[in-house]
Amino acid sequence: MSLFWPVLLIAAASALAAVIRLPERWRVLWALFPGAAFAWVVLSWPDVVGGGQLMATIPWFEELGATVDLRLDAYGGLMAGLVTGVGTLIIIYAAGYMEGSPGGSRLISLLLIFMAAMLGIVVADNLILLFVFWELTSITSYLLVGFSHEKLDSRKKALQALLVTGTGGLALLAGLVLLGIEAGSWQISEIIANADVVMASPHLHGIIVLILLGAFTKSAQFPFHFWLPNAMAAPTPVSAFLHSATMVKAGVFILGRFSPVFSGSEWWHGPVVIAGMVTLLVGAVLGLFQTDLKKILAYTTLAVLGMLTMLIGFGSDLALKSMLVFLIGHALYKAALFMVAGGIDHGAGTRDVWKLGGLRAIMPFTMVAGALAAFSKAGFPPFLGFIGKEYVYKTGTSLDHFAPIFTGAMLLGNMLMFALALKVGWYPFWSQPKEAARGHPHEGSWMMWLPPMVLAVLGLVFGFMTEWTGDTLVIPALAEITGTPMHEHLALWHGVTLPLILSLVTFAGGVMIYRAREYFWKKHDQVDSGPKVENAYDRLLAGTVKFAKRQTRAIQGGALSRYMFIVVGATATLLLWKFVRFQGWPELTWEGRLAPIPVIACIWVMAGAIAAALAQRRLVALLSMGVVGLGITALFVNFGAPDLAITQLLVDGLTVVLLLLVIYRLPPIRVEANKWVIRADAVLSAIMGGLIFALTLSAMQIHVIERVGDTLAQMSYVEAYGRNVVNVILVDFRALDTFGEIIVLAIAAIGVTALLSAKKERSPDED
Amino acid sequence: MSMLIALTVGVLFATGVFCLLRRCLMRLIIGLVLLGNAANLLVFSAGGLTTGVPAVIPSGETVAPAGAADPLPQALVLTAIVIGFGLIVFSITLIHRARAASGNDDVDAFIETDQL
Amino acid sequence: MKTKSLLFAQMPRVALPLILVLAAVTFYRGHHVPGGGFIGGLVGALAFILVALGQGTEVARKVMRVEPISLLWLGVGIALFSLILGFIGGDGGFHGLWLDEFMVPLIGKVHLGTPMLFDLGVFLTVMGFATKVGFGLQEDNL
Repeated sequence: MSLFWPVLLIAAASALAAVIRLPERWRVLWALFPGAAFAWVVLSWPDVVGGGQLMATIPWFEELGATVDLRLDAYGGLMAGLVTGVGTLIIIYAAGYMEGSPGGSRLISLLLIFMAAMLGIVVADNLILLFVFWELTSITSYLLVGFSHEKLDSRKKALQALLVTGTGGLALLAGLVLLGIEAGSWQISEIIANADVVMASPHLHGIIVLILLGAFTKSAQFPFHFWLPNAMAAPTPVSAFLHSATMVKAGVFILGRFSPVFSGSEWWHGPVVIAGMVTLLVGAVLGLFQTDLKKILAYTTLAVLGMLTMLIGFGSDLALKSMLVFLIGHALYKAALFMVAGGIDHGAGTRDVWKLGGLRAIMPFTMVAGALAAFSKAGFPPFLGFIGKEYVYKTGTSLDHFAPIFTGAMLLGNMLMFALALKVGWYPFWSQPKEAARGHPHEGSWMMWLPPMVLAVLGLVFGFMTEWTGDTLVIPALAEITGTPMHEHLALWHGVTLPLILSLVTFAGGVMIYRAREYFWKKHDQVDSGPKVENAYDRLLAGTVKFAKRQTRAIQGGALSRYMFIVVGATATLLLWKFVRFQGWPELTWEGRLAPIPVIACIWVMAGAIAAALAQRRLVALLSMGVVGLGITALFVNFGAPDLAITQLLVDGLTVVLLLLVIYRLPPIRVEANKWVIRADAVLSAIMGGLIFALTLSAMQIHVIERVGDTLAQMSYVEAYGRNVVNVILVDFRALDTFGEIIVLAIAAIGVTALLSAKKERSPDED
Repeated sequence: MSMLIALTVGVLFATGVFCLLRRCLMRLIIGLVLLGNAANLLVFSAGGLTTGVPAVIPSGETVAPAGAADPLPQALVLTAIVIGFGLIVFSITLIHRARAASGNDDVDAFIETDQL
Repeated sequence: MKTKSLLFAQMPRVALPLILVLAAVTFYRGHHVPGGGFIGGLVGALAFILVALGQGTEVARKVMRVEPISLLWLGVGIALFSLILGFIGGDGGFHGLWLDEFMVPLIGKVHLGTPMLFDLGVFLTVMGFATKVGFGLQEDNL
């Protein structure tokens, strides 16, 4: 089956969901579409493991290197499975979450189109196509984060997410285009296969920096991390999908994708490892102070993204293996925890930790899902989270350089995440009942607790079946990233090793931090108002607006003569640049004989033009203008253009007559007082005139060997039965152009009619 | 000869631009006319000039005489002259209307819509 | 604009038929000698604008009988029609279609084809446009 249809199916479902407003209880059926796509991914899994792949191509703008190339390998397939699988559950959850509130269909439609775009990212095999899907996720995420568009705050935060990821997207575009040019191919699989071509490129560092900017903004790496916690303004299904399993992973995904290409460069490892480590610590530490369940989750997501990025930066097989295990584990438990947080919000009416507690008996199913997910996140055996953490420590301790520092960072990060996991998945259910629990909290419908339950249980099952998970999911994907077949296995139990000891330390430290939770929560306000990168963003944004205003005021002050000066000045500069750059200056020679008639006509025209420009009296200026037309008529006559001469004469006459009709209704020509303005204008005009002089002369010095007009002259009588070639061109050879021109006259007539009939509607006194 | 023609185009352009930079409506029209003439003459002469012989096929012949003027730029310029006429007429009406509405012929005074 | 000179006021009216004939001839011969729709249309418009200058636009409109704007749209329509004819009848693209030559007393051999029709469209459009704005600017008393 073609690779296109899962993407198209989900996109089609989105369009349908936008149009067909199903009643609330049927909306859950939309989950069938991503469900079918998920089933397809599962069924085609045997084709892609072990180095296999599915490919499909539709030609698009081939001249530009853009074709719709899709390719599914084990790495992309793993992500596709997460996107569609988690996506299916999210749609079910969203249907439950939006029960009783308006806009449910809209939310589902937007989620589906986002899902299609996200699926596009992971299966795209063309750089341009990848970028198109990438931007599509940015735009749809803008709509999703700003879903409650009537709230100023949520609009503002949606815009922030869009601006940050969009700016990064521009950098990514530049990086991808540069990569495509340097690699000589736009197909990603081909670029990866010929990585040495890229590594030899002089622009290698530029490409790396640009692609990293794109990936870092998307995956909220420090210092671009601030948009992610703010994006929690989104409805919970959106956060559970975009901010756990999918969109923020897109950056990590392409880092992994391009890792084989760039892993030889120091410019890759250094920034990726450092950005990852800083993000891990910043996210985990700031998460401590959060009192909103979703905010806590957002900061732990930051921490995990940092961890994944750091692991990719190390680049060893072991590090990448840890990354994949961690990624799968995180996608399962984080989406589940988000849904649990949403369920609590829905059932208890708040997400504030100060008000939550003792919900275990009231929301039993949600409690179970939350506990299972939290255990996986905290890294209890035999959950998948535990295996992920073991491998992370194994990676850290086996590093060649700075192993203690990195392992220390991992340890600290994991301890903090352990505490944070319990705060979301454990604390609201098992602590003392508080204010909210005394209201009317209730368990949500099955649609709200089943999806997180499924994900949380999967985290347990995958961890339990360690070997199967490793052989079926992790190792094939790993082989795709590293480019070499793998025969390793995943193990739950490694014996009493350093990683196991570190795990035990993590538990101990984590429990201590968890117990001290209220100490940190009380400091929430102090931390929140501290200096942040976000302030720089705000200042930058305000500065841009201010600059734009100032610039507009300077360039577009409203004075027409100023506008003209800028336009003409810019044109002159460009023209001058062309001449200087291409050395197109003409030779100053008198070509041809100086005949008396054209010489007189030229002088006549020039004198008339100068008089028209300088004359202080209206009539003199007008007649000088007429004189210019007469001189040009003479030139046309002299150079064999009788048709032009007649037309020029008639038009010139008509123009003068029509101007005579209105001239006396205009006030006398004003004398401008500012001599400096006049001087500046005169200088600019002279420069412009000089440039046009040079342009005309150099055009005349190009001697065309074969003129198109001559061919037309040959055909004129033979084929078009006309002896006046100019007329034949107008009415036969190029009649379509002429038709366009008479249409212009018709439009001008409409304009004139409108202007004349608008009369007396406005007069100066009424203003 | 070509240099003189080029000079004429240059002067027409310079004077036309100078007029456009003035603040008086009347000058604006004159500037447009001068610029139109400059552009027409530029297109007309850019392909090279031929003295005397128009591109008309004499009676009894089937092709234009050798050394006849290039008809293509002529056809282009002919429509340009007429379109230019349309533009000028439209501008005259527009300026007329603008002055009537604002009671002012200083183009720099029309700033209401542009102020930030 | 009212003029006091009787001669100037009456002259255009007298000259009108002559100028119109001149316009028609310029237009018709335009396919072979300098002239054609653009020039013919301007000459034709000039005839009526001169009448308007001499005796006012009301008289000019009455003499002209047709609304200038109708003339313009008629011209655009004719030009479009000739293009469509050429498109349908020509072998691919806008190829001119011609009738056989025939003799007309006083005028001589007449050779009609879609390009001539197109030029007639141009003639009427230009004439309609020039008279429209010529009358319009004269009538607009502010």
